Amino acid sequence: MSTRRHTIALLALAVGMFGFAFTLVPMYRTFCEWTGLNGRAALRAGAAPAAVPEEREVTVQFLAQVANGLPWEFRPVEAQMRVRLGAIATTRFYVRNRARIAVTGQAVPSIAPSTAATHLTKLECFCFSQQRLNAGAAREMPVRFYVDKDLPRQVRTLTLSYTLFQVPDAVRGEAGS
Amino acid sequence: MSVGRADCAALLISLLLAFPDTGAAVSLDMREGATDMSKRILALHHMSLTVCVVVGIVVFGAMFYSMWAHRRSRRPEPAHFHENTRLEFIWTLVPALILVGMAIPATATLIELEDNSDPDLTVLVTGSQWKWHYQYVEAGFGYYSRSATPRQQIENAAAKGEHYLLEVDRPLVLPTDKKVRILTTSQDVIHSWWVPDFAVKQDAVPGFINEAWTRVAKPGVYRGQCAELCGKDHAFMAIVVEVRPAAEFDRWLARERQRLAAASQEAVAARNKQWTIEELIPQGQQVFIEHCATCHERDGKGQQGRYPALSGSRIVNGRIEDHLNRVMNGKAGTEMQAWAPQLSDVELAAVLTYERNSWSNHTGDVIQPKVVYEAR
Amino acid sequence: MHTHVEHATARNPFIAFAARWLLTTNHKEIGTLYLWFSFTMFFVAGAMAMVIRAELFQPGLQLVEPNFYNQMVTLHGLIMVFGAVMPAFVGLANWMIPMMIGAPDMALPRINNFSFWVLPFAFTMLLSSLAMEGGAPNFGWTFYAPLSTTYGPPSTDYFVFGVHLMGISSVLGAINIIVTILNLRAPGMKLMQMPLFVWTWLVTAFLLIMAMPVLAGAVTMVLTDRHFGTSFFQAAGGGDPVMFQHIFWFFGHPEVYIMILPGFGIASQVIPTFARKPLFGYRSMVYAVMAIAFLSFVVWGHHMFTTGMPLGAELLFMYTTMAIAIPTGVKVFNWVATLWRGSLTFETPMLFALGFVIMFTIGGFSGLMLALVPADFQYQDTFFVVAHFHYVLYPGAIFGTMAAVYYWLPKWTGNYYDERLGKIHFWAAAIGVNLTFFPMHFAGLAGMPRRVVDYSLQFADFNRISTIGAFILGLTQLLFLYIVIKAIRGGKKATARAWEGAWGLEWTVPSPAPLHTFETPPDLARVREEEAGFGAPAGAGATLR
Repeated sequence: MSTRRHTIALLALAVGMFGFAFTLVPMYRTFCEWTGLNGRAALRAGAAPAAVPEEREVTVQFLAQVANGLPWEFRPVEAQMRVRLGAIATTRFYVRNRARIAVTGQAVPSIAPSTAATHLTKLECFCFSQQRLNAGAAREMPVRFYVDKDLPRQVRTLTLSYTLFQVPDAVRGEAGS
Repeated sequence: MSVGRADCAALLISLLLAFPDTGAAVSLDMREGATDMSKRILALHHMSLTVCVVVGIVVFGAMFYSMWAHRRSRRPEPAHFHENTRLEFIWTLVPALILVGMAIPATATLIELEDNSDPDLTVLVTGSQWKWHYQYVEAGFGYYSRSATPRQQIENAAAKGEHYLLEVDRPLVLPTDKKVRILTTSQDVIHSWWVPDFAVKQDAVPGFINEAWTRVAKPGVYRGQCAELCGKDHAFMAIVVEVRPAAEFDRWLARERQRLAAASQEAVAARNKQWTIEELIPQGQQVFIEHCATCHERDGKGQQGRYPALSGSRIVNGRIEDHLNRVMNGKAGTEMQAWAPQLSDVELAAVLTYERNSWSNHTGDVIQPKVVYEAR
Repeated sequence: MHTHVEHATARNPFIAFAARWLLTTNHKEIGTLYLWFSFTMFFVAGAMAMVIRAELFQPGLQLVEPNFYNQMVTLHGLIMVFGAVMPAFVGLANWMIPMMIGAPDMALPRINNFSFWVLPFAFTMLLSSLAMEGGAPNFGWTFYAPLSTTYGPPSTDYFVFGVHLMGISSVLGAINIIVTILNLRAPGMKLMQMPLFVWTWLVTAFLLIMAMPVLAGAVTMVLTDRHFGTSFFQAAGGGDPVMFQHIFWFFGHPEVYIMILPGFGIASQVIPTFARKPLFGYRSMVYAVMAIAFLSFVVWGHHMFTTGMPLGAELLFMYTTMAIAIPTGVKVFNWVATLWRGSLTFETPMLFALGFVIMFTIGGFSGLMLALVPADFQYQDTFFVVAHFHYVLYPGAIFGTMAAVYYWLPKWTGNYYDERLGKIHFWAAAIGVNLTFFPMHFAGLAGMPRRVVDYSLQFADFNRISTIGAFILGLTQLLFLYIVIKAIRGGKKATARAWEGAWGLEWTVPSPAPLHTFETPPDLARVREEEAGFGAPAGAGATLR
């Protein structure tokens, strides 16, 4: 009976669309990695530069933010640097735990402009893993990276920003992996 | 009577009433603004408005003519036609062409709008509930900018000033004729930094940075507001930008950095001093009213179910260390923000002392600025 | 066999009454339930709009706290969308679709009963949050993360379950409508012979089935982010708050057309009737509705131009959004061509339908302006947007529904409404709508952000006018209630064909329509002959021939 068949088909469509809402999540993630939109691409270690460094130089700015609730001091050691395209550069971020207990944090990177994000490759970064600091401990965390030579011509300044979030002890080891 | 008359009448009334009692002209147009971009956007607005008005005159004209000329008392016998392929083809094609005509200038303007390259200056704008922080990235210094409209004006206890809700304690200062790159981000929820006169509106998203740019030719004071619903005091998140000639801006920047250095020397002196409870409490009350009372209320009772009471609070009456930690670092996932970067040692010490000795709290504790400094 | 219920109903008239309405599976009775429920919610959400407008009457805080104001803004939007507009359209569909296609009832009558009775629970749950600690949801009907996740009040969970229930109700309702239209048409009625109202509802029902589950997914993610440690929308755990907006507007934009398309259908029924001329361009009307429905799934990004979207995406969404103007334009032109050289009279349904076309077109114009991305940077999140969507929704959904109610009241009650009062209602409402929403364009252009409890002095005049208009508009609803009750209680008796220019199957049954109609399917050939005898022109009538 076609009433029944139609009903079942339409119910399946509705259930399918509910599932589709959840597939939007990985789809969005893929889209972002592809376009460099929300800094996700910057969370993985990349390969070393293949070509010889170029003459073209760009300015890379560093920003550091601490989310509410994380008792840490966090700042870039240098505000900005000039780098040659294709050359590996290293900068450091200073972090200190003000609390009298050990606290774990996770840094989330973001790059502006987003068109440059896929061209900034990190070889080493504290954002690849969670950071745990003992009470009162301080540390300088290095970031080794390079900007590849396919960077769009009009980009001459790019900004690498990190926001540090507290990882609650309950979920430590799950998030950010 | 026809529908048209109602529309016209309503429009007329609204236009008439739009002129206030004072007789001053009220602008009905989009703001012209102070940048090339804002003027180009205004032109785009005029272009699309004109297209809409012209199309509207044709369509509504045909409708009103038909309502008048083809009403039953004049035409008892209706025509019976109900399709005309050629006509339908035409009124699909013509609008498409008009749209292409509109899309071309819009695309050109957009490409320029999104060109953030080659800035002379970068400012990081960080939104938090309910204030802005401006960081001059190259110069490496920054400050908070808070609404300066007195509470009495908002509560109608005092006459409202000229710039009611559009005034701040420390405006963002920018130089003229420089390309300023504006990066936005947020500490908590999504905000949106909007100065209509620059035609810059960029969402501030927690964890991510967005960018926009502006170049202002004319010195002056430009005002705006947060444009994205960000909680209780969304309406009270003012933005003021002071644009100064480039040379004057450089002098201002130098002076601010000197002041910053002097302030840190003063802070050293202040924290080495032993403070009494009589000195701390009045200052603490002031800090509390300015920063804390929006949520925790002046009577310290908070807002039930939303903001905890401080009067009788376990934390406020508990260990100083925990109290200080909560105030300095905030609480994740709530509106309680980190105050360590926002307040000085003395201010923090004062507000803690005030909280611990007010309402139903009688701990008798006096918190010295030095203690705060050591906790930083 | 006598059951307990039957015993009880025999004795107690109240139980009999309750049992009749609780257990009914009749499409007309369920339609009536939907319409009264919607009307009730319309008053609740309208009262909230009055609170909002009263607070905005002048600068400064007068009546409500900012937090309560935000709750009003949120609930006004949610209840108008899910409680007033959508149930009104489902109610009209329940009443009219079976009668318009010659079906005895809806295809799934018990599911029909269920999908209605879910709604009172959903909205009781939502409204009860007002009395909870921390207050009702206060993050706007768009519930952007993280304002609704980490920062949401405790009642957010009730909001989430309320939305789930509303979603179940409307998806089941939509399935029922599609199955009815596909299977229960009178023998010989082709799809391309269906009245436009049925067509628009068929398309709307598909939009509902595809959009509402996505909303359900979005609220589920909000719930798990709040309580189960997921990080869909939190940067801290690798999520992204902007992704929330993508998912929300993937639902949200089709939702806008869910609230408009049935209105298109109503205008396409009413205008030919009172122009005494067949609808112009039936086929292109159907195709235009389909085109709009399709485009509604590829334009969601235009709500998010300021969120930091890459240039390419901005351009894409700008072009797709502008493209919507083409099918929408076709519809407006076709309505004008329907009027052209007709023989027009202006009874109340016609006035509302014409008011709908004109004001909806104004809303369409501002929509086109909003599509231009650079200009959108200035319009976005200002009162210009508020003016825009109220110009689209008030005429599209509310005027559309009112035109439908006046048009079909004689069929439902057997009585004509009071024509003089109906006209007064229309003119007062038209003045009220324009007085309320037109000045909002100016306030937005001058720089007034939306969803603010207070504003600077330069916007005071616009807001004063808006508030006066809003209270006029509020009062007209009381008049409407009076007119409807008066028509139910009596009035000039209507014949089967209540309007002389009305053609179609619903006008072949007596007025008021008996509880059961078309228990034997109509013979379309005979209906056609009869209509021809009454002078139906070619292109009008039950089979459009």
